[in-house]
Order: sequence, then C-alpha cells, then structure tokens
Amino acid sequence: MAMLHTVNKSPFERSSLNSCLNKSKEGSSILLIEDAVVGALKGTKVADDLSAAIANKNVYVLGSDLNTRGFTEADILDGIKTVDYAGFVDLVAEHSNVQSWL
Amino acid sequence: MSDGIKKFMFVNTKAPYGTVYALESLEVVLISAAFDQSVSLVFCDDGVFQIANNQNTDGSGMKNFSPAYKALGDYDINKLYVEKESLEERGLSLDNLMDLTYEDEDDDWAEKPSIILVSRAELADLMDEQDVVISS
Repeated sequence: MAMLHTVNKSPFERSSLNSCLNKSKEGSSILLIEDAVVGALKGTKVADDLSAAIANKNVYVLGSDLNTRGFTEADILDGIKTVDYAGFVDLVAEHSNVQSWL
Repeated sequence: MSDGIKKFMFVNTKAPYGTVYALESLEVVLISAAFDQSVSLVFCDDGVFQIANNQNTDGSGMKNFSPAYKALGDYDINKLYVEKESLEERGLSLDNLMDLTYEDEDDDWAEKPSIILVSRAELADLMDEQDVVISS
C-alpha cells in the first residue's frame, strides 16, 4: 500500500514540501495541512512543481486550514482535492504508513 | 531624537495560524500605539497572508484575529507597507487583501487606504530610515 505524506510548513519559507515532492513515490498521496495549504494556491512560484506532482501522485489540501487563511477550493490548483477532518482520517486509514514532513 | 518620538517599524514575515508570531506581533503593535510613537508595519514574505481577506476559522476552530487589523487605523497606525514581489510570488494581488483604511484628521476625516504597495528596493530604503525595526 502507498504512503501518505503530510506537509505542514509554507513552501515559501521552508523546503519541506520540496523534500517531500522529491522523495515521495508515484502513486503515493500528499496532504497539505496548516501553513502548507498556501502552497496549493494558483499562480505561485511552487505551482509548477506541485502541478508536476499531481500527474502521478494524489495531492490533497485540508479545507478548514485553507478557509482559515482566507482561501477556498476556487483558489487552488486544478487536480488538488480538498478534504475535511473526516477525509484526513480516511486518508490515514487507507494508507500503509504516514510520513510527516516537518 | 530630541522630541522623543522614534520611528518604529514592525516587519511581519510569517503566515498566520501555523505559528503564533503573527498574533504576538499584532498585540505588540497595538500596545505600541499607546506610547505616541511613529509606527509603521510591513507585510512581506509569508507575512502578506496575515492580511488576506475572507479568513474563516469556523472549520478549524481557531481564533480569527484578522478583524483586529481593521482597528489599526483608529490607533493612528496607517502606514501598512506590503511588498509587491511577495504578493506576486504567492499568486496574490491587492484584491486578495483586506480593505484596511484610516480617517485622515488633516483632510476632514476622509477615509483613505492604509495599505501602501512597495517594491523590495523601496522597502530596503524604508527600513534604513527607521530608529527601531522589530521583525517576526
């Protein structure tokens, strides 16, 4: 079964999203939470890297953390799916392991 | 300075909510308003997210402190410098920011925008002019 990766730091400030993208395998899932949700926005300097990842990995963003920071599904890159807390739990249950990129 | 008034600049570089820096800085800024100093704020790097509009914390259960920025104008804090390059790198524009204003007592209390869009180079010059710069 595939790995679930969680990232919780802004990609504009830390390199953890970049590390995650570089070390996650095809078919794995990446969930952006807390300050990392801003990485999902359209038109940013990390959008190309994330769009490339969407081609062969599942990328999710925690909706409540996105709303907290003033953004909605309409503001994020096509191909990134929004989940709620229950969806977060489902993702953890569906994957063999969770790696937290701090 | 002989009149005892110093130029204070608070530089906000962190996104809100994930860490406590944004809220703590805002509290210090509001306290500083009580000391009759010349206070300006900067929002650069991820700090621009602090004044994003439509912040809605219902889902996360966190305290939405963004409305407090709207009170800054009432405390005569009306120079909020936002770095243009920081917005662009994050796919943002002024439209994504809250409408922050103040009433100009020297102009019949006309309502004016507090947000001043500046370039990275202009910001360097502004920082150079300060007596005290506090970053978070």
